[in-house]
Amino acid sequence: MNIYLQTLSRDLRIALRNPSSVLNPLLFFIISVSLFPLAISPEAETLSQIAAGIIWVASMLAVLLSLNALFHHDFENGVLEQMVTSHHSLPLLILSKITAHWLLTGIPIILLSPLLGVFLFLDDEGIKVLMITLLLATPSLSLIGSIGASLIVGIKNSGMLLSLLILPLYIPILIFASSAVSQAQFGLDISSQLYFLALFLVLSLMSAPFVSAIALKISLE
Amino acid sequence: MSSLVINNLECQRGYSQLFQNLSFQVHAQEVLRITGTNGSGKTSLLKILAGVNIQEQGDIKLDQHLVKSDEYQQEVFYLGHQAALSAELSSLENLEFLSALNQPVTREVLIQALEDIGLKGYTDEACANLSAGQKRRVILASLFVSKAKVWLLDEPFTALDPKGVKIVESRIAQHCANGGMCLFTTHQDSALPNQRTIAL
Repeated sequence: MNIYLQTLSRDLRIALRNPSSVLNPLLFFIISVSLFPLAISPEAETLSQIAAGIIWVASMLAVLLSLNALFHHDFENGVLEQMVTSHHSLPLLILSKITAHWLLTGIPIILLSPLLGVFLFLDDEGIKVLMITLLLATPSLSLIGSIGASLIVGIKNSGMLLSLLILPLYIPILIFASSAVSQAQFGLDISSQLYFLALFLVLSLMSAPFVSAIALKISLE
Repeated sequence: MSSLVINNLECQRGYSQLFQNLSFQVHAQEVLRITGTNGSGKTSLLKILAGVNIQEQGDIKLDQHLVKSDEYQQEVFYLGHQAALSAELSSLENLEFLSALNQPVTREVLIQALEDIGLKGYTDEACANLSAGQKRRVILASLFVSKAKVWLLDEPFTALDPKGVKIVESRIAQHCANGGMCLFTTHQDSALPNQRTIAL
């Protein structure tokens, strides 16, 4: 097995043996979405209008919540140092870690979203588009998030800093993704939004691992 | 014969200058013991040589390969203060990953390496349940299976019992006899063959 797959399987194994770190963001996602009907209105008409926005904001915050752990443990126990000093490509090692992060947060969020969509009276078309946007954009969330996570590694109590660094970069994704869902509910064309989300994915895939590698090297100094 | 050449190295930490104009060479089969008071820059020096920290000035070459080049990093094994182990994984799983980061070897070799260093019966034990000395032994096992030519060891004897220290010393001597080189920091006395000492 090559080192990049090994890094991926190592991260998955660590997460499965310590499930609370994975479950916390997901529980936050479910709970925060399910509180809205109680607070705003249980009416189908109101909820179906804001469903996409609520689910997207909650998934974004859930990803943000999970990002702290991306490099934190490996920094504390010195594994990052070993990764930096190895002759393997650091951006690719980081990409493996990001992939593991997406499998552990992005995929469960995508799988949970139809259930929460039904919960908020989102129609079939809306649920379909919601899942497509999540599938296109959650990898970008993990990729962009890794830049922030690598910049704050080693700083104590850095949750606030991470949000400040990362949320502005998430906002374009939030705008295009939630507008895609609400337009689809009216039967309008959504290809422009999907193209934009795809563009964002390609851009972050090409740049984030490299930027994170540089940021990690600076943080380890 | 290969050699590690350090020229005019300078290191600054915060506002204080730890060392400057530091030049020395280490040849194959040599052991270099680095001593110095706390805060004199021993760890910083090793980290610079390992390619973790950036040198302010000067150059570091191993057989014409500059530090941070793939050829250089492949020949260097750095053992830092931390054990580099994940608490959730067993000692064998940790060792598999660490050795894959350097040079992958077969599982049998790794199990043998764990037995050699005195961790027989602990291969499947989660590292959270190991003592500090045992954790140290796991990462030392990954050092012993690596094919790196240059060993950079930061306080390799901490947390080890006298028997463990003996094992490490004999492995360093063996590594150097086979044409490797070893740089290590310590506060303890040690007398290895071909050993030189520099003080920072």
